[in-house]
Amino acid sequence: MVMKIDRDSSRFKQIVRGKIRENLRKYVTHGEMIGRKGKDLVSIPLPQLDVPHFRYGQNGRGGVGQGEGEPGQPIAAGDDEGDGQGKAGGDPGQHVLEVDISLEELAAILGDELELPRIEPKGKANITQDKVRYTSVRRVGPESLRHFRRTYVEALRRQVSEGTYRPADPKIIPIKEDRRYRSWESVPEPVANAVILYMMDVSGSMTDEQKEIVRTESFWIDTWLRSQYDGIERRYIIHDAAAKEVDEQTFYHTRESGGTRISAAYKVCADLLKNHYDPAEWNVYCFQFSDGDNWGEDNKTSLALLREQILPKCNLFCYGQVESPYGSGEFLRVLEEAFGDEHEVLVTSEIESKEAIYDSIKTFLGKGK
Amino acid sequence: MSALLHRFRPLTPEMEEIQAQMEAHARSYGLDFFTTVFEVVDSEQLNAVAAYGGFPTRYPHWRFGMEYEQLTKGYSYGLQKIYELVINNDPCYAYLLASNGITDHKLVMAHVYGHCDFFKNNAYFAHTNRKMIDEMANHGNRIRDYMDRFGIEEVETFIDNCLCIEDLVDIHSTRIKRRDDSTKYHFQDATEEEEDAPQATRFQSKGYMDSFVNPKAAMDAEVARKTRELQKKEHFPSEPMQDVMLFVLENAPLKAWQRDVLSIIRDEAYYFAPQAQTKIMNEGWATYWHSTIMTKHAMIEKDLICYADHCSGTLAGSRTRLNPYKLGLELYRDIEDRWNRGAYGEEYERCDDHLAKKNWDKKTGLGRQKIFEVRRVHNDLTFIDEFLTLDFCREHKLFSFGYNTDSGYYEIESRQFEEVKKRLLFNLTNVGRPIIYVKDGNHKNRGELYLEHRFSGVELELKYAKDTLTNLYQLWKRPVHIGTNLENSPVTLTFDGVEFINPAEEKAKK
Repeated sequence: MVMKIDRDSSRFKQIVRGKIRENLRKYVTHGEMIGRKGKDLVSIPLPQLDVPHFRYGQNGRGGVGQGEGEPGQPIAAGDDEGDGQGKAGGDPGQHVLEVDISLEELAAILGDELELPRIEPKGKANITQDKVRYTSVRRVGPESLRHFRRTYVEALRRQVSEGTYRPADPKIIPIKEDRRYRSWESVPEPVANAVILYMMDVSGSMTDEQKEIVRTESFWIDTWLRSQYDGIERRYIIHDAAAKEVDEQTFYHTRESGGTRISAAYKVCADLLKNHYDPAEWNVYCFQFSDGDNWGEDNKTSLALLREQILPKCNLFCYGQVESPYGSGEFLRVLEEAFGDEHEVLVTSEIESKEAIYDSIKTFLGKGK
Repeated sequence: MSALLHRFRPLTPEMEEIQAQMEAHARSYGLDFFTTVFEVVDSEQLNAVAAYGGFPTRYPHWRFGMEYEQLTKGYSYGLQKIYELVINNDPCYAYLLASNGITDHKLVMAHVYGHCDFFKNNAYFAHTNRKMIDEMANHGNRIRDYMDRFGIEEVETFIDNCLCIEDLVDIHSTRIKRRDDSTKYHFQDATEEEEDAPQATRFQSKGYMDSFVNPKAAMDAEVARKTRELQKKEHFPSEPMQDVMLFVLENAPLKAWQRDVLSIIRDEAYYFAPQAQTKIMNEGWATYWHSTIMTKHAMIEKDLICYADHCSGTLAGSRTRLNPYKLGLELYRDIEDRWNRGAYGEEYERCDDHLAKKNWDKKTGLGRQKIFEVRRVHNDLTFIDEFLTLDFCREHKLFSFGYNTDSGYYEIESRQFEEVKKRLLFNLTNVGRPIIYVKDGNHKNRGELYLEHRFSGVELELKYAKDTLTNLYQLWKRPVHIGTNLENSPVTLTFDGVEFINPAEEKAKK
């Protein structure tokens, strides 16, 4: 039976989405979502969705319990946002509303809120893949694809016309001729594939705080790009004076000391692009995070690599500079001098603190590329 | 309604038989209930019905959806499970969970008959509408109709506003007449029209005797008295009014449909109030009877383990949560035992000898009779006040606990009987909510609403107070205030339509 609850339930979800939208900046800023990410769902803790009433505050909390223990003995951890009703039989502590929301939906909210344009994949219409779609009905086919309703209707029609249908005892028995089966056709669909290349400076000057920012920002970038492409691949490159490709885990948890040579990372990046990602087939996104420190004479090499081997293959090359107590922040200026403010592919952004992540995402993805 | 209900599954013949048995057992003990209709539902349906407070036809609102989400999640993670759900109605409707075993069905049915008896006989339920299922369906239709006409968003927001004061009702007004019913035939008397300023009665006297015949002190006193009376009459409402909902309903500038929605919510609040007022008694009573019926009659060998398991689950105590099933059950048993032994009254109270008291037995045998009387006349508050004794408190190891702001933990405060009882009674007073009444509906002579919190040592939660005032403003449409105490001094919190003003906070800033 259709329960009325479905309506209220979806109404509630709608309100929740509104809440998430309202507080999106907060969620973006705090890395809370990461680690909560399931396969396709994220669980978002919403503090309260509640009809307010007059009720007792802190010093009214408490009640009567049963069991052993001496006065003064703690029995339960308090919670700052406690239930506060102090009811007999009311649990101390409170329920946080955990709302499951799909990554797709989250991306949609992010897109709406940040007014991100939908990405136009660059001319990839020539890459196609066959997709199976059930579009028609046939008289033959495997039993597993039997179309029950059509079969039933056919049988009913036949029985009525044969005069064997009795309304008092409406038994419908399909025979072989009545059977109908779903049938499919192959539809060639253009596939847009994308690869995201993350590069991060892991030299001594990058602290945990900066990495946290990178991590949070890349979560949102992932979420958005994932909603725009069918297949997404991610590659991670870390570098100090030397560079190497690593997996996601290592990427976020490595800490090296030593100098910084950005060209090393660019070299690895360029090689990866050359060997695996033909720009004719792939939408390439590069995100580089650094504190802007680079070995003085390395800038020239880096720029050359970037200009000749990387930028031409990219949809977007984003350089995010996090502020670090040790870094000079030099490289951002170098890039700007070399390429100017308005480059077609290269986007730069300064991320001073967690609060800046929100705007930085907008800068990076606001181009719709 | 019935059409909808009958889309649930019917009872199987086996269950019908059990129902007949259980009903017979219940009646044999003198339980007295309306006809009880059992419906078998699956967990999703049960959660949905429970989310609606038992009424599948209730008006649409997002919070039911939220409730449903939580119940469903809790159920699917195996954290919680609703065993039984009974509706106070004539006939009573009770929902059984289809996936339950037969032992559970027996237990639940016995339990349900306890509730049904309680609904029918407890004094606090006397005023409730016994055709509430129909009423709720009507409410639902009316609100759905308003939603069609004025928009879901608009109506739902208004409902949200109304729900803020949902608990500001006068739960005792159903038994105590607070004011005369106003009739439309009441015209204001010409003499009621007060003339300008009150004047003292002046007796005739010769000029030199005047100060003796009409002493100044007496004259002044009379003027003061008259002025007071006048003020009282001018006061609006004339007496502080605890039914804030009613006051708003009668006096706020609402549209007709809004008035109707608010009255619907008020009706439902009064309908549900006694359930909150008698949680311990009601659950205790039902538990007492399922336990009695199961152990004395209905249980067969193979039921034993399952019954014991589930019964102990229901009665499990916890240090942070006083189980109403357990407390109620034990109190009824204690009362039954005491009245069976005659362990009450002056002679018993005066006896100092612990041993003599313990072995007291006058063979009065009034226990059963007494608990039936108790279930008729008491609510949780009076029940605890009357029957929670020192011995009981010790035997069941009750303690009071409170929140320690320094440590951030709930800590055991005391095992003193007086303290425990005081805490418990406090938590039950006005169903654990602050007592708030309308003091002035024309505050500062500017049509502002002034509520007063009857302060009893516990402050209001500020964040909630702010939101509640904000929402209340949406109903009253003029600034709203609440007088309360913060940090030991009286303050007035205000929402003036633009911002929330808390004088205590502003003082602190300065």
